[in-house]
Amino acid sequence: MHLKTADGGWSPYLAGALAGLLALASALATTAVLGKTSYLGTSTTFVRAAGLVEKQVAPEHVTANAYFTKEKVRVEWQFMLVFGIFLGAALSSLTDKSFKLEGVPPTWAQRFGNSVAKRAVWAFLGGAVAMFGVRLADGCPSGHGLSGLMQLSASGFLALALFFGVGVLCAHLLYRGGRHE
Amino acid sequence: MNEQLLGLVTGLIFGFLLQKGRVLRFEKQVGAMLLRDMTILKFMLSAILVGMVGLHLLAALHVITMSHKALNLGALGLGGALFGVGWAVMGYCPGTAVGALGEGRWHALFAVLGMLAGAALYAELYPTCTTTILAWKDLGKVSLPGLLGVPPWLVIALFIPAVLALFAWFEKRRL
Repeated sequence: MHLKTADGGWSPYLAGALAGLLALASALATTAVLGKTSYLGTSTTFVRAAGLVEKQVAPEHVTANAYFTKEKVRVEWQFMLVFGIFLGAALSSLTDKSFKLEGVPPTWAQRFGNSVAKRAVWAFLGGAVAMFGVRLADGCPSGHGLSGLMQLSASGFLALALFFGVGVLCAHLLYRGGRHE
Repeated sequence: MNEQLLGLVTGLIFGFLLQKGRVLRFEKQVGAMLLRDMTILKFMLSAILVGMVGLHLLAALHVITMSHKALNLGALGLGGALFGVGWAVMGYCPGTAVGALGEGRWHALFAVLGMLAGAALYAELYPTCTTTILAWKDLGKVSLPGLLGVPPWLVIALFIPAVLALFAWFEKRRL
């Protein structure tokens, strides 16, 4: 087993185990700072961010919405965590030269062509469906997958099995049948 | 330290590790779904093994509390399946899409915008969901050992060798 990958990254086992230690440190730190143990997750932030945007045009609508009221539209711990993921990824990639401006993912381009507009439309639609799904399921691969399985939550096992099972099925349907001409 | 600063520092380290593990790539996400490249599963399961043992120790010492999400069968079934479809098309999960933007893959911006739209749509339909799918079959905030009526350490003792065997298989098949 190698600790470094060919492109200068770290072994996913090593980086993952360190993320496990981070989850433990975070559980302790949030218990101390927030007064309640909080677990790593990201998807509720998209609700709060959507609420913050909607507030600019229709503040009353946001105040009256039951879901925005439930999740509290404000820049809290998880919101900053998601912003931190962006900064951490930028810091890591800029310092090991793996940062790359890319308009269409190579795997996608091979199958569906180089059009940025086509990729943008499908990424938007896929994102909308995925986010609607994780809000209904009450967690994403971080919340249900990482945090749920670490705690042995019954919901985490079911959610991750469905995420992966349906993902595998759909990816095979999408990428079956060779390359884009 | 305040709440926001703690979140920022935690996220910064998390994003750094996700990027170093090369988990943020569209190629790795789709590669896992096509069962060709198991990088993201190696990362996730390694984090889960370490976190699982540690969290149960910390909970046994009463220094943290567990926070299970509800085992709401209808919501998890439909929501989980919708996520699977969206994940395959988008090629990212919510956290990795934001991270991918950080490493310059600006096509992830469209995924992020789509997710904001999906969240806004869910907020509009939430009242309808609460009286329908969310009210269907909720088994409550239970753990797997709780549901099975066995001690958590028994599940952990079975989970660890199963994951290690899976890792050995990934390496043998060069996945």
